[in-house]
Amino acid sequence: MVNIIWMLMLLIGIIFAAINGTMEAVNEAIFKGAQDAVTICIGLISILVFWLGLMRIAQASGLLEGLAKIMKPIATRLFPEVPSNHPAMGYILSNMTANLFGLGNAATPMGIKAMEQLKKLNGDKDTASRSMITLLAINTASITLIPTTVISIRMNYGSANPTEIVGTTLIATACSTLAAIMIDRFFYYRRVRKGREL
Amino acid sequence: MSWISTISIWLIPLLIVFVLLYGTMKRVPTYETFVDGAKEGFGMAISIIPYLVGMLVAISVFRASGAMDAFINILKPALQAIGMPTEIVPLAFIRPISGTGALGMTSDLIATYGPDSFIGRLASTMQGSTDTTFYVLTVYFGAVGIRKMGDALKVGLLADLVGIIASIVVVTLVFGSM
Repeated sequence: MVNIIWMLMLLIGIIFAAINGTMEAVNEAIFKGAQDAVTICIGLISILVFWLGLMRIAQASGLLEGLAKIMKPIATRLFPEVPSNHPAMGYILSNMTANLFGLGNAATPMGIKAMEQLKKLNGDKDTASRSMITLLAINTASITLIPTTVISIRMNYGSANPTEIVGTTLIATACSTLAAIMIDRFFYYRRVRKGREL
Repeated sequence: MSWISTISIWLIPLLIVFVLLYGTMKRVPTYETFVDGAKEGFGMAISIIPYLVGMLVAISVFRASGAMDAFINILKPALQAIGMPTEIVPLAFIRPISGTGALGMTSDLIATYGPDSFIGRLASTMQGSTDTTFYVLTVYFGAVGIRKMGDALKVGLLADLVGIIASIVVVTLVFGSM
């Protein structure tokens, strides 16, 4: 599916540009897109280095294990294949907690570490496992308690009540997270029925 | 109002203090452990580059060619018919694809229609309740070398769709339409 979407975006873009005479903009976009990607990754270095350092302390001191224990009832239901004392669980939970508090920068390194562990559990294959897809679904639905960026934009433009959207955002984000978990389940059982899993 | 900015300023420093104190209490050599874990971050960031370059080039070609706008224009009448305000349609489409693009569009909508208008509130809610699915997918899977994503993209995009619909419904219910 990714292969097809990726190819379609490039092909349709270039054919559309050929018909509408926007080829110059496309040329620029190719180099700009590549440059942006590298800039983002270089920017990620600082965040990843710092948070992975801090995470290692949390792991070595047993903090991650503690967190995993507290959240065990929810976590084992969401990730039935992951043993509850497995290091992946600690990372998954700290990723979810960081997302909850809107700490996007801290959530990414933890999510990547969780993915790494889940890959090991999956026998180092380069195919996404069930729990990897669940983790991504939860992340893209992004349950957020306080949408700080949006609030600051609203403040900048002189809103009478910048935080009035916290409630609506919370309900919308809860809906999408719940939906993500259900859709994820649906696709999982479809895979099982087709015999592609288990 | 002020409590929110206070929380967001205090949260990370407090987290750091907590992790450091807890580590010290458990006799973890904090600095050495930090450096040891931090080393991983460098290679991780570099390993994401090929994935992100591929994805961002495709997305920016699609946008720059004008194909995306054409696509949105085709769908607009249908979306309007089911009650989606025209102004919000481009944001709904760009949100899963480009984080910076969506942020720019949200600011623009808030600036044009005012933060306390229906469109302003809807844009704010939508921005806060969904995430850049393509980016999250690329970064998370890219970092650990997952090439076959399975159903992940479908699940992510469908969840975005639910988030967008939920935003419209909730904002209309809470603040009234228009």
